Amino acid sequence: MSFLSQQPALAHYLVLGAILFAISVVGIFLNRRNVLIILMAIELMLLAVNLNFIAFSHFLRDAAGQVFVFFILTVAAAESAIGLAILVLLFRNVGSIDVEDLGKLKG
Amino acid sequence: MFVEILFYAFATVLVAAGLGVIFSRNPVHSALFLVLAFFTSAAIWLLLEAEFLAIVLVLVYVGAVMVLFLFVVMMLDVNFEKMRERFRSYVPVALIVGALVLIEMGLVVYAGYRGESSVPPDASASYSNTKALGMLIYTEYAYPFELAGFLLLVAIIAAIALTHRTRRQTKYQNPAAQVRVRRNERLRIVQMPAEKQEP
Repeated sequence: MSFLSQQPALAHYLVLGAILFAISVVGIFLNRRNVLIILMAIELMLLAVNLNFIAFSHFLRDAAGQVFVFFILTVAAAESAIGLAILVLLFRNVGSIDVEDLGKLKG
Repeated sequence: MFVEILFYAFATVLVAAGLGVIFSRNPVHSALFLVLAFFTSAAIWLLLEAEFLAIVLVLVYVGAVMVLFLFVVMMLDVNFEKMRERFRSYVPVALIVGALVLIEMGLVVYAGYRGESSVPPDASASYSNTKALGMLIYTEYAYPFELAGFLLLVAIIAAIALTHRTRRQTKYQNPAAQVRVRRNERLRIVQMPAEKQEP
């Protein structure tokens, strides 16, 4: 149990971020018909990226990484607000949020 | 040692919550698992001494964004079971892509940061994460900060414009119709015999 005798290294956080990112990629593929779960998986993906930014910011002792996380949080909040508004509009017009039903532009 | 144990505990919960988000049958459960994931990440960010962002994550994400998600999930009357009909047929390609992503990232991390076990020097007791972040945002990153504020304004306007429905019973003037009006639409001349005076 020698790995328990020290502080977590940078690689631990990076691997955790990678696992989280891979989980959300798998989630997008598994729930590719449900727009709602896809939006949630995107949020999870942004969380994984933010974890990487904060880990680097901590280990390099540079607060600029945290500023970037701040901006990513802003953009993600705007993205989810507009995404959910589009989703509501979609449900109102099409009556479904299934990606399969959204082929109207295909002609 | 203590931090290490905390990290592994939080990491386990975080991965489990992430799996719960994508495998839940009910989207409400997915949203609640996502709340758990945000809380756990906030704890991990606290371990990384990013206190301000940790509390921002809890306040903004759990307090606002996830409430919005739950609101939309419960408002939409969708048959979510029907969307999971072909769930199993997506499993192979999803597993392949996920494994590829994980292996690629693992190789990069392993090659780049394998032997690195550097522990950063502890910050002094007077170090304030919020203050340091504020100093950076309001000096060096002032212009991007204003852009972020403008972006939020755009998001507000877009969300309202998308979901706003004009009400039919609202009374308002239509200037085009007012200008286009003809005389006989407003005035009707009635020819009628004068009424006789009773004797």
